[in-house]
Amino acid sequence: MATDITHEVSVIEGKPTLKEIDATIIKPMDEMPNIKFYIAIGFTLTLLLIGVISLGMAFYRGLGLWGVNNPVGWGFAIINFVFWVGIGHAGTLISAILFLFRQKWRTGIARFAEGMTIFAVMTAGLFPLIHVGRPWLDGYLMPHPNQHNLWVNFTSPLLWDVFAVSTYFTVSFVFWYMGLVPDFATMRDRLKNSTIVSKVKKTIYSVLSLGWRFSNRHWSHYEMMYLVLAGFATPLVLSVHTIVSFDFAVSIVPGWHTTIFPPYFVAGAVFSGFAMVQNALIIIRKVFNMEHIVTLDTLEKMNKVIIVTGMMVGYAYGMEFFIAWYSGHEVESFAFLNRAFGPYTWAYWIMVSCNVIFPQFFWIKKLRRNIPFMFVVAVLVNVGMWFERFVITVTSLSRDYLPSSWAYYVPTIYDIGLLIGSFGFFFTLLLLFTRTMPVISIAEVKSVVAGSQPTRHKLGHHEEDEHNG
Amino acid sequence: MDNKILHSVTAIFHTPDDIIKAAKAVVKAGYKKFDVHTPYPVHGMDQAMKLKRSPLGYFAFALGVIGATLGLLLMYWTMTVDYPLNIGGKPTFPLPAFVPVTFEITVLLASVATVVSMIVIFFKFPNNSHPLHDTEYMKQVSSDKYGLTIEAADPNFDFEKVKDFLSKIGGTNVEAIYYDNDEINSKLTLLEPKFLTGLAVISVLVITITYFSLNKLMFMQPFNWMMDQQKITAMKVSTFFDDGFSMRLPVEGTVARGFKPYPYPDSVELASRVLVNPLEFSDVNLENGKRKYNTFCSPCHDYHGNGVARLNGQFPNPPSLHTDKVREWSDGHLYHIITVGQNTMPSYDKQLTQEEKWQVILYVRALQRALNAQEGDLQ
Repeated sequence: MATDITHEVSVIEGKPTLKEIDATIIKPMDEMPNIKFYIAIGFTLTLLLIGVISLGMAFYRGLGLWGVNNPVGWGFAIINFVFWVGIGHAGTLISAILFLFRQKWRTGIARFAEGMTIFAVMTAGLFPLIHVGRPWLDGYLMPHPNQHNLWVNFTSPLLWDVFAVSTYFTVSFVFWYMGLVPDFATMRDRLKNSTIVSKVKKTIYSVLSLGWRFSNRHWSHYEMMYLVLAGFATPLVLSVHTIVSFDFAVSIVPGWHTTIFPPYFVAGAVFSGFAMVQNALIIIRKVFNMEHIVTLDTLEKMNKVIIVTGMMVGYAYGMEFFIAWYSGHEVESFAFLNRAFGPYTWAYWIMVSCNVIFPQFFWIKKLRRNIPFMFVVAVLVNVGMWFERFVITVTSLSRDYLPSSWAYYVPTIYDIGLLIGSFGFFFTLLLLFTRTMPVISIAEVKSVVAGSQPTRHKLGHHEEDEHNG
Repeated sequence: MDNKILHSVTAIFHTPDDIIKAAKAVVKAGYKKFDVHTPYPVHGMDQAMKLKRSPLGYFAFALGVIGATLGLLLMYWTMTVDYPLNIGGKPTFPLPAFVPVTFEITVLLASVATVVSMIVIFFKFPNNSHPLHDTEYMKQVSSDKYGLTIEAADPNFDFEKVKDFLSKIGGTNVEAIYYDNDEINSKLTLLEPKFLTGLAVISVLVITITYFSLNKLMFMQPFNWMMDQQKITAMKVSTFFDDGFSMRLPVEGTVARGFKPYPYPDSVELASRVLVNPLEFSDVNLENGKRKYNTFCSPCHDYHGNGVARLNGQFPNPPSLHTDKVREWSDGHLYHIITVGQNTMPSYDKQLTQEEKWQVILYVRALQRALNAQEGDLQ
């Protein structure tokens, strides 16, 4: 069948009018939440409560409650940190990198993915603050003049983490907020000053929209700003997980001291992040009737990204073994053999099957477009990616140098409570987000609906116009 | 209506094609102060309005350079100048290790400051009192219509002509937008009581929070049982023993490990006859002896044993160590004096170990020899 390649296929299904788009996306903010929402948030708050109790106990009794021992000094806290930072990376990839590549299918999912980035980084940021052991001294993580004449060590990867994660959070937040400004203005103008509630809402939206008035003189700067921010966020997102991987790679522990870590970590981060975004979007589009905006095609494209990054991760697993053998380094070879066939063999093979084997089903188009199936695979991907961090952290440390000091790491109930709590924290924020802000960018979706751009652009003059300015 | 000040005339267009055409027509008619309002950026509008390319990219570049410089300066000053740390013998200005933080600070400053400068300098936001706000026009262009306004401030502005012109190029709902008189006439001043009260409340809050977080919160400890253990630390009174000491005195006659009591405290003759210096002249012994001599002996005896004290007469000057009498004293005699003291000189038994005493004696001998060198020494 010959397709007309001069016409770009719209990423939004059907032909919704601009007013319908407003109504669909703003609907959750206009009405009171239903019972399902209360059940959902009740569930996530319960998870959060479990986390708060575990954390409170850890603060009150000390970190001895955790399973960390000598030599496994890095346990769940760092695993969760790396896991959650990784989840965040998909959002920036969708909002910044796909923006630079002019991938229009990102418009439907970018806002939600950015929101997930922010919440994931917030969740991740909790763990360094917790696992320093004395959280009341966290202020010293940031360099500031103090009476001890004490500065931070700028050559430590752990300090780079502080800067990378805080910069990543700030820039993602600014990116997200700037995208929200026109949408807040739209929401502001829809409200009538009739009731007290709408007056309060209008005041809030007015303040948040900064007085945006859709002027093209503003759009012109706004689009340039968006391009600049995307340009900054792209290397930033790569740097963040690179620096996180330096926490391991800069040390000399066998199994950690490898140069493949930065690209391997970044690929893994995008992999798990996409799986998480895909999971959440499947629920959101169903609950809020947004199937025509977050289309099946979009989900299929995300599955393609999952399979690509999953194979990158699989390649890294293989390459680690190859280098361990090729280097002829006895300790290195032992570290990797121990990883696959040692006491943590169960964790290793959970990781390999979830991350490398299950995503291969996405080669089949029918499965790639089957929503319940892709949901399950994405859940498994996240299980696998969590176990990847577990395997890297724990297997290397539990059998490091002296066989006499080897020890088996077993997480305690407080470790697991903290992990559960982190999911509660993340999903509570996400649920609140869906009720308070447009989860899909109204302005961006409008700009890609069929018939929303001047007709002459459909005749292939797009490139020319883009560069004439 | 008459006393209201006109801000602009607005018109609504229904398709993106119409609004592009209208913008081109407005430019052609020579209007300068006009604007197009669209619910999303319409492609090709910048060209139609003849807008210049936004200079924000250059802003971002300049701010990035500033960020990189500031970041590097911060690290250079803290790690190289203010408190140089020796980390594994590596240089105190390790440029490669500074790259990640420099990059992060560059990105942070460049992106945040670009956005802030866009909002504040280019948009003059936040501005919720613009006359276009809360008009029917704004409600339409924020949702699904495309609007065009020509401002009254334009030099070619003529109310009737503009209205006709906008209708002619296809605009519907042609409307005049007026300034809100109440808003114009209400002069906000810095001395507004509400503003001052708000300012005061915010300042008090900020000061309180800052005070507590810097002075209390940072020193607060949720648990202290690692710090306050059940043991007696230095200078604490014991409630267990009657005399208040937590540590018991050793049994009478106890001798510390590696310590030999001085056997001849009463007899200098015996000491000078029996004691022999067990050490030999060597660099280590002389070096150590010199250090101890300079610390303990030189305040009275002077660095070279001349007996010219640095104490400015607060303590009687001792005789020179270079007299024949002292030179002829045996090492044992000197050892006895250092251990027991002589005349006004107190005992240095507590300050110097036995080995150190002998080292000091070696050094004193070297000093004596230096002033009374023999001809053979030159060979």
